[in-house]
Amino acid sequence: MNTPALKEWPLWEVFVRSKQGLEHKHCGSLHAADASQALHMARDVYTRRQEGVSIWVVPSASITASNPDDKGELFDPAADKIYRHPTFYEIPEEVGHM
Amino acid sequence: MSTPIDYLLHLADNAVVLGQRNAEWCGHGPILEEDLALANVSLDLIGQARLLYQRVAELKGGDASEDQLAYFRDAHEFRNYTLLELPHHGPLVGYAAADRDYATTIVRNFLYSALMVLVWDGLQNSADAGLAAIAAKSVKETSYHLHHARDWLVRMGDGTDESHARVQAAVDHLMPYTEEFWTTSPAEGAAVAAHVAVDVWALRPAWDAMVNDALAEATLSRPNFHGYVTEGKVGLHSEHLGFLLAEMQSLARAHPDGRW
Repeated sequence: MNTPALKEWPLWEVFVRSKQGLEHKHCGSLHAADASQALHMARDVYTRRQEGVSIWVVPSASITASNPDDKGELFDPAADKIYRHPTFYEIPEEVGHM
Repeated sequence: MSTPIDYLLHLADNAVVLGQRNAEWCGHGPILEEDLALANVSLDLIGQARLLYQRVAELKGGDASEDQLAYFRDAHEFRNYTLLELPHHGPLVGYAAADRDYATTIVRNFLYSALMVLVWDGLQNSADAGLAAIAAKSVKETSYHLHHARDWLVRMGDGTDESHARVQAAVDHLMPYTEEFWTTSPAEGAAVAAHVAVDVWALRPAWDAMVNDALAEATLSRPNFHGYVTEGKVGLHSEHLGFLLAEMQSLARAHPDGRW
């Protein structure tokens, strides 16, 4: 008791793994007081239609994001390096569909 | 073997009345996430009620139906605990449109779901196979409701001075109504004798332990009380049920057999 109430709860990013999926996919965010509450809220907000079998929540503040202004120097240089795509190989018949 | 219909109605009416009360928060929840959480609880309860009403309709035969049971019976025919029909605010508010108090909602959901996880668990062994199947489904839903309500009970009790005071007031207000859990109505007695129901009295120590444990963790005190024990489950209700039913039933009564 006597803890001052926060005006706003921290933000959490929610990742859900679907039944078929192998990896957790980002599906949105929500506000919650702490991690366990965030998990329960994620259950109610994001898995109401049987979307998932596993949930991760991550404090949004823990995510370091790239700066959109750096988009040019970060990503554009890859645009003309087509030799990085594995499209120059002949796939032998016996390998079949890949 | 005949399944005591009145006992099934007691379970169904509990679920539909509390489902309707929780649904009153839809669009008005304190935050979006809680709004959805309570709507989920509400839909679980209404789902339980539907299954139970369908079972009653099946046993009654004739033109009985889940809609007829939910929407075309009057207050004195409902068999729910009085606790579940109370509005979402404390005592001393003389009108139904008072601001809803989230602590009241949470404490009520806690007290009821703590009982029902025990009841559903026991009913999985009911002599009525239909009821046992409903119990197996409901016990999972109710475990989640209990978890949700208990979590908030502890957070609010062990939270700020204001949240503590409000949740303590809700506990003081609602706890006396739980005395109704422990009296045996004729319908319950008959159902226990037929091995359809669980004897709620036998669940009391487990319920007390759950409640005391949560209240202690929430730094709340459990009130002592003596006095009138409510009798909603034999059809003697507070004035609040009539208003609740008027709202819940108005659409079905304005458009009987309506489909949309």
